[in-house]
Amino acid sequence: MGFLTGLLWLAAAIIAAMAAGWLFRTAAVAVTPRGVSKELKTAPLTASFGMLMIIIYILVAFLAPVIAPFSETEVVGPEFMFPGDDPAFVLGTDNLGRDMLSRMIYAARNTVGIAFVTTALAFIIGSVLGLLAAIVGGWLDQLLSRTVDVLMAIPALIFALLLLTIVGTSIINMILVIAVIDSTRVFRLARAVAMNIVVMDYVEAAKLRGEGLWRLITREILPNAMAPLVAEFGLRFCFVFLTISALSFLGLGIQPPTADWGAMVKDTATMITFGNVTPLLPAAAIALLTVSVNFVVDWQLHRASGLKE
Amino acid sequence: MSHILTMIAQRLALGLVTLFVVSLIIFLGTELLPGDFAQEILGQSATPETVAALREQLGLNDPMHIRYLGWLTDIVQGDFGESLANGQSVAGLIGGRLVRTLQLASYAAAIAVPLSLVLGILAALFRNSFFDRFANASALSSISFPEFFVAYILIFLLAGANGAFPSTAINISRGDPNFTEYLHVAFLPALTLTLVVTAHMMRMTRAAIINLLSSPYIEMARLKGMSPMRIIVKHALPNALAPIINVVALNLAYLITGVVVVEVVFVYPGLGQLMVDSVAARDMPVVQGVALIFAGAYVLLNLTADVLATLSNPRLVHRR
Amino acid sequence: MTQLTNMTSPSRRGVLKGATAIGAAALVTPWGTPLRAQPVSGGTLRVGMAHGSTTDALDPGSWEADFMIFQAHTRNNYLTEIAADGSLVPELAESWEASADAATWTFTLRSGVEFHSGHILTADDVIASINHHRGEDSTSAAAPIVADITDMTADGMNVVFTLSAGNADFPFVLSDYHLPILPAQADGTIDPNTQDGCGPFRIAEIEFGVGARYERHEGYWKEGLPYFDAIEQVVIFDDAARQNALISGDVDYIDTADLNTVHLLERAPGIEILSVTGTQHYGLPMDTRAAPFDDVNVRMALKFGINRQQLVDTILNGYGSLGNDHPIGPGQRYFNTELEQREYDPDRVQFHLREAGMESLDVDIHLADAAFAGALDAGVLFAESASAGGINLNVVREPNDGYWSNVWMQKPFAGTYWGGRPTEDWMFATAYAEGVPWNETYWSNDRFNELLVSARAELDEDLRREQYFEMQQIVSDEGGIIIPMFAAYVGAYSDRLAHPEQIASNWRNDGHRIGERWWFAS
Repeated sequence: MGFLTGLLWLAAAIIAAMAAGWLFRTAAVAVTPRGVSKELKTAPLTASFGMLMIIIYILVAFLAPVIAPFSETEVVGPEFMFPGDDPAFVLGTDNLGRDMLSRMIYAARNTVGIAFVTTALAFIIGSVLGLLAAIVGGWLDQLLSRTVDVLMAIPALIFALLLLTIVGTSIINMILVIAVIDSTRVFRLARAVAMNIVVMDYVEAAKLRGEGLWRLITREILPNAMAPLVAEFGLRFCFVFLTISALSFLGLGIQPPTADWGAMVKDTATMITFGNVTPLLPAAAIALLTVSVNFVVDWQLHRASGLKE
Repeated sequence: MSHILTMIAQRLALGLVTLFVVSLIIFLGTELLPGDFAQEILGQSATPETVAALREQLGLNDPMHIRYLGWLTDIVQGDFGESLANGQSVAGLIGGRLVRTLQLASYAAAIAVPLSLVLGILAALFRNSFFDRFANASALSSISFPEFFVAYILIFLLAGANGAFPSTAINISRGDPNFTEYLHVAFLPALTLTLVVTAHMMRMTRAAIINLLSSPYIEMARLKGMSPMRIIVKHALPNALAPIINVVALNLAYLITGVVVVEVVFVYPGLGQLMVDSVAARDMPVVQGVALIFAGAYVLLNLTADVLATLSNPRLVHRR
Repeated sequence: MTQLTNMTSPSRRGVLKGATAIGAAALVTPWGTPLRAQPVSGGTLRVGMAHGSTTDALDPGSWEADFMIFQAHTRNNYLTEIAADGSLVPELAESWEASADAATWTFTLRSGVEFHSGHILTADDVIASINHHRGEDSTSAAAPIVADITDMTADGMNVVFTLSAGNADFPFVLSDYHLPILPAQADGTIDPNTQDGCGPFRIAEIEFGVGARYERHEGYWKEGLPYFDAIEQVVIFDDAARQNALISGDVDYIDTADLNTVHLLERAPGIEILSVTGTQHYGLPMDTRAAPFDDVNVRMALKFGINRQQLVDTILNGYGSLGNDHPIGPGQRYFNTELEQREYDPDRVQFHLREAGMESLDVDIHLADAAFAGALDAGVLFAESASAGGINLNVVREPNDGYWSNVWMQKPFAGTYWGGRPTEDWMFATAYAEGVPWNETYWSNDRFNELLVSARAELDEDLRREQYFEMQQIVSDEGGIIIPMFAAYVGAYSDRLAHPEQIASNWRNDGHRIGERWWFAS
């Protein structure tokens, strides 16, 4: 019985999500200029839903002080109130008696911002070096590949722990350390993909034509290497949340009392073993964003692949 | 083929260099951490006198390079040294735990790799269908949750009073379970790890295959009237193998080196906890020993991946 | 020896928050009915412990985590023992007497005590065991507490200790967990890595950071003890995993329950919560040499800016009691009952800031959960409450890694915990006397230091009480540490286990002696 009800709820949620996606696409097509709206029309419902969610997250992040009912750090009630215990606290309160909803809203700001900057940085470093290594080859490839080999041979979490303990745990340091460690993974992928492209005849031809390095990368290699890289971006984005959460497991996360979803899951995680759903809220916030980003990524991936069906 | 053998020989030599550099980085990194073994092991009860005496006794007052060279001389003779903390041999400390770590990693890989390849191929075949979206969304949701949280949820659902599986792997450290007992006791940790690594491999499989589907030779096969399944398995998959193998190797390395959180939640006595404890206590010989094992595992997996990727692309085998 | 007053509260009712709803039907045991039947022998006790590391060692001088301290009391005996009611009772020493100035102590050993190896206890074993911690090149964490011993001599079954100054509490020192009696070798030293001992159980197997297995010592000298046949000890770091192991029956006892969810654990069928408040306290020490903490008014302002009741309610979930900025617990012999409890008062904060010539105060506090469980949350709550009085407290999160060497006693304002000491003198001498290594506030007060020396050798009960009262007053008003709360030791166990009515509060796990004090109910 419980299983059936669960299925029913799941179906309802999917239908609601698709409806929201459809409404969003229709609205977006209506208000955007021609060129953009033409593209948008091709978006599947999942991607439309993903875009809607991303926009909502961004709005929430920017408008946090306006929409949050309480401040980020203020203790406003008794600790561990459940959703529904008091209409003033829609999602209840946390272990110190701070309003969960307000903390969730402020966390959007901190978590999403940090994850985005970190992932973007990791990708810029990783893919540029990876493509260079594949194209130039020779000693540069050897140097970069061996360096990355060494860095990757050290377990990421241990490495992050070492580096952060040495340099200190400011947000900037955290972004840099995670980005550098993540960029090694991007480097390997970018290089592997590009290696397969570099040996293609059309690249040989372009080289013979005397095309410069920059042009080779941007015009010949990158467009054909884009798909796996974009797919990787969607995942790396999500791994950053997890890294931050694992770091707070080791006592190195974001400074309190700053709200952050990863740390919020960690703080309340033991409740789930008693069937209490509190930690599911921040976890679901991460999951929804990850799924949304990847729906959009899938759509772009499909476009990049050039498949017409 | 000789090209491949040369490459393997070269890479193994490079692997040794990698191990050397890793040991250097780990040594310097641990040295740079504030506090040394004598301070950390005495903790809150340290006094200047006892710290000084402990340093003297363990030779921690020697300059950094002397200590590193001493360790290096021993290690090239196959001697991992002894733990500063309790004098146990590092090789002995690592041995039993390495076996348990490899067991768990193989268990998880045996589920995760076939599962993600099959799901990835099916998702590529039925791309943009409900199945594709659903498989993707579930896999993504499972990796959006921190590992320890996935573990808690699985324990809540599958263990406990009327659950089918034990909530911890305590019984593994209590005695040597036989094969089927092991599969039962270690099921939840293996399942947690499976959920953590499947999404990455599955999505890469799907993306790499779809990326090839508009190539002229695939068009050709399609025009010949080949079935979609056959096109993907026979024509697309072999050419998509390089990135897939790479991601699989990365995830296998993760299963060996990155599972400390799962070890903690399931009380599984593996290498990760040993590494974390030793770093916290600055117990250098143990830190170095475990780091070498981790780095070695990574180098070997990486080499295997590169060899397989090269074999999968004739253009790379016969490079002009 | 004076009896220690009862410092335990074995009834859970006393410490549980009144609001906790209890599914009465789910509780098999009615409130207040003691689970006390005649102890029976047999069974394997399986214990899950929160603290233990792969870097633990057998050397008694290195013991720090609970895993090894539990091991210590399971495998070993000591000269003296702190009984469950807090009084000092003989263990390997049958009796002892002091000279008039309390500087020479003679301990008479029990005869015929058998080690696991078959060796019989002699005075040489005692001298070798204590000597292990003494001397210039000692690496023992217990070196400071045996530093006052200038000489030890054996005389048959008597051991005579000569101290550098009188100490009326010296027999208490010998109950310290670092000082087990191990067999002497031919050269008059002990082998610190021996697995031998004369306690209730012998080690069958031990893997540091993972677990240990003990088997009953058949030749144990205490009549009829221990009750268990064997003990299995497992390290389970993760709070949720530990509770799951208890609920699912993988272990019978866990030494630490997660305070966030203990009210939920309590409702699980067949689970009992064990909570004792003794001397364990959490504190926020300030470096009294560094500005602005060198001004006593600034310290006072901060002491009034912390909401103690809120911390006990949230951080300890009610499992603890209010602290009054001195380290003496309410159950101790000379606890100052006349000292007024300090309350949260923003007006007093402002008053003291003005006295210090300030409008407002900006300070950083450096915390990590390594200092004590919930330290960061406590810092956040402190910052919230202090802001009402004009203090801008900035909580700086420090890594757990290396906290005790890089933050504690290094940063001017940090966090700390103390398991506490069984006597007032021991506690004050460890962390409040001028110039001692663990004086974490770098505090020095002439009157206090004077009183410390005179009270130590004072044998008149009333005079001694008077002096300790004044010392608590001085530390509370002028000292550099904020002590907002005394934390209970909270564990949990299966109701198949039974225990004596009185539970010791000097340590977790019934003074770490559940191995010989507890039994299976049937």
